[in-house]
Amino acid sequence: MRARDPKKRSKDFKEVALGLTEKQAVKEAKRCLQCKKPKCVEGCPVEINIPAFIGKIRDTDSPGALNVIRQYNMLPAICGRVCPQENQCQGRCILGKKKTPIAIGALERFAADYDAKNSSPEKPVQIKPNGHKVAVVGSGPAGLTVAADLAKLGYEITIFEALHEAGGVLVYGIPEFRLPKKIIQREIEYVKSLGVKIQLNWVVGRTQTVEELFEEGYKAVFIGVGAGSPKYMSIPGENLNNVYFASEFLTRVNLMKAEQFPKYDTPVKKAKRVAVIGGGNVAMDSARTALRLGAEKVYIVYRRTEAEMPARLEELEHAKEEGIDFRYLSNPKEIIGDERGYVKAMRCDKMVLCEPDASGRRKPECSGEEFILEVDQVIMAIGQTSNPILVRSIKGLNLWGAGYIEVDENGASNIPGIFAGGDISTGAATVISAMGAGKRAARAIHDYIRSSYPA
Amino acid sequence: MYNILKKETIAPQVDAMIVEAPYIARHHQAGNFVVLRIDEKGERIPLTIADSDSEKGTITLLFQKIGKTTEELGTLKTGKAIRDIAGPLGHATPIMDYGYCVLVGGGIGSATLYPILKALKGKSNNVTVILGARNKELLIWGDRFKELADEVLLTTDDGSSGRKGLVTEALKEVMDKSKVEIVIAVGPIRMMQAVAELTKPYNVKTLVSLNPVMVEGTGMCGACRVNVGGKTRFACVEGPEFDAHEVDFKELANRLGFYREEEQASMEIFKKKKCKGRCKKSNKGT
Ligand SMILES: Cc1cc2nc3c(=O)[nH]c(=O)nc-3n(C[C@H](O)[C@H](O)[C@H](O)COP(=O)(O)OP(=O)(O)OC[C@H]3O[C@@H](n4cnc5c(N)ncnc54)[C@H](O)[C@@H]3O)c2cc1C
Ligand code: FES
Repeated sequence: MRARDPKKRSKDFKEVALGLTEKQAVKEAKRCLQCKKPKCVEGCPVEINIPAFIGKIRDTDSPGALNVIRQYNMLPAICGRVCPQENQCQGRCILGKKKTPIAIGALERFAADYDAKNSSPEKPVQIKPNGHKVAVVGSGPAGLTVAADLAKLGYEITIFEALHEAGGVLVYGIPEFRLPKKIIQREIEYVKSLGVKIQLNWVVGRTQTVEELFEEGYKAVFIGVGAGSPKYMSIPGENLNNVYFASEFLTRVNLMKAEQFPKYDTPVKKAKRVAVIGGGNVAMDSARTALRLGAEKVYIVYRRTEAEMPARLEELEHAKEEGIDFRYLSNPKEIIGDERGYVKAMRCDKMVLCEPDASGRRKPECSGEEFILEVDQVIMAIGQTSNPILVRSIKGLNLWGAGYIEVDENGASNIPGIFAGGDISTGAATVISAMGAGKRAARAIHDYIRSSYPA
Repeated sequence: MYNILKKETIAPQVDAMIVEAPYIARHHQAGNFVVLRIDEKGERIPLTIADSDSEKGTITLLFQKIGKTTEELGTLKTGKAIRDIAGPLGHATPIMDYGYCVLVGGGIGSATLYPILKALKGKSNNVTVILGARNKELLIWGDRFKELADEVLLTTDDGSSGRKGLVTEALKEVMDKSKVEIVIAVGPIRMMQAVAELTKPYNVKTLVSLNPVMVEGTGMCGACRVNVGGKTRFACVEGPEFDAHEVDFKELANRLGFYREEEQASMEIFKKKKCKGRCKKSNKGT
């Protein structure tokens, strides 16, 4: 996909990837073999009829293409931008065996952007209410999907969101240069146009309990609160000044607009030399954000090698083009502070990869060598885990692992009427898997209410 | 939008505000706080819920105007509104039949202690409250505490009210006289640290309510992390109260100073805007 010049783009927050022109999109669509048994569909967590929408683009019927996608995926403009296509649809494309696979993500984005450019905003849709209320907790991709699907079936939906803005990770985590806020805004407007109410500043479990929601007449509650709590490494120096969790760093910039301080009141510290720890999308986003805030040198410190990096391929490539310095096989063991309690360096172990274990994963092990990176800021992006506020407030709710909600394949928890999906039931995953979980849960909630409250 | 039903100045640089927030009022427990954002461009700051009325659906916030956001909050009059308020957040203070309890408050710490006193007196506790400030004007809600507490001791640096001296001196005398089951101290870091150091040899359980920098206040960012007993804890969900004898006050003080430059810059801009360039002229006149 076309992208802006790395030198220029690394100095501002405008979108990096430019998308396809209509001509390019049609040309790409013509390459599609229209397989009878499309592998790409198997790779898609929500099973979009990919050949069908590509066929529409080929026939210059972009609105038609979007209609196909929308049957499966409510957030095409977003997924086209952030899905790890190389592990999903595109990764399975037959053409990829010999040459380049079809740029399915880029085509999905094209269909959505074409519509945004050429059609007027969604008009409120008239839906016949069915008289049942459902509460959705959390307004990330999982919550938005459940809300939209159930609203279309006539349910009266209220989304309760803890923050002052709806969108979940899409607004507080993923940066503007990768996913412009106006795209999320548009999707949220669409959900609202279906009659969904969004109640902000509502920390369910605190402002109101799930029990009270049932008492207020909600027939079912969907929990899509994400996995928002940052993990830490427990190494010395973690609480020095200028050590950030990626979540805080990104929230300050994305949600609170700290890059515009003092026009906006929330500040963020701009550093010269930054080390970001981790190898996922969160690490890439943090590193590239630090660069855009003016850092001269940004390292990504990762304990395995590039092959094991969980980040999207495109992000990895963009980060490299922008001059991020990757230090693989490096494991931080201490953050060193100066006499004022500020970061001045980070000590790391040099690692080697062992032979694959039973699960096939190659574990990194200390080589015995160490090295020091001189940096004045450290950002930890080593993962997120379940946030205890809501899940612990529900008596008798079955959890697994670090506090994730246990659900069946349809998103039903062990408590009748309580459903869950997205990162809070799977652990930190992807936008599309959260959306897929939302779709399945919507169906299950519909069935549950129809059988529990027959008309 | 959360409507401001009443706003008044209760001490120099300290305002009290009654805000309509029925759900927060209904669930408020001693020790809880809210996070608020004044407007679109505002930052999110935590403020203790100093009081609440679940029937009227209101909460009371007390704040000292020490930074840009609190200054700006102070300019909002009765009838105006605050854009975002989320809560009640944080753990509730553990309230039990302790027996003899001492609450120690410095300055704006009264706001946190008042609901704790109310809750403790809801059980069968005997409570002494020690309030300290630089001078008489800065003692906050002394009269309210007197209505509920078994004993209120006031201390001021200049002796303008109560005894001249520090809260720790008064606390020491109390502990020397009677067996204290629990001390809860809220105020400036130095005060809380001094209380912790004092009560430790007495082996008295001591809680302090910490005030680290917060962003969202729901456990998602880690800005509020503090070191308690060598472990990293998130004050917004696991606190804000912690065992005073385990808290690393030095680290907390250091982290609290992290944005000082930005806070000052923000404040200067705000002041300039507020007087719209007229400040200089009026200064000349006086
Ligand atoms: C920086 C970053 C980059 C990422 N990049 C990608 C990417 O490129 N591609 C990809 O596929 N995935 C990416 N992910 C992962 C992806 O964003 C998540 O998997 C997805 O957003 C999960 O969706 P969700 O709906 O489960 O939860 P979330 O998006 O986390 O939303 C949960 C919402 O619930 C709210 N909430 C929490 N507790 C409560 C409560 N008690 N009451 C009310 N509301 C509450 C939260 O405030 C939040 O708004 C990224 C994640 C991060 C952090
Ligand atoms: S303020 Fe963000 S985790 Fe506590």
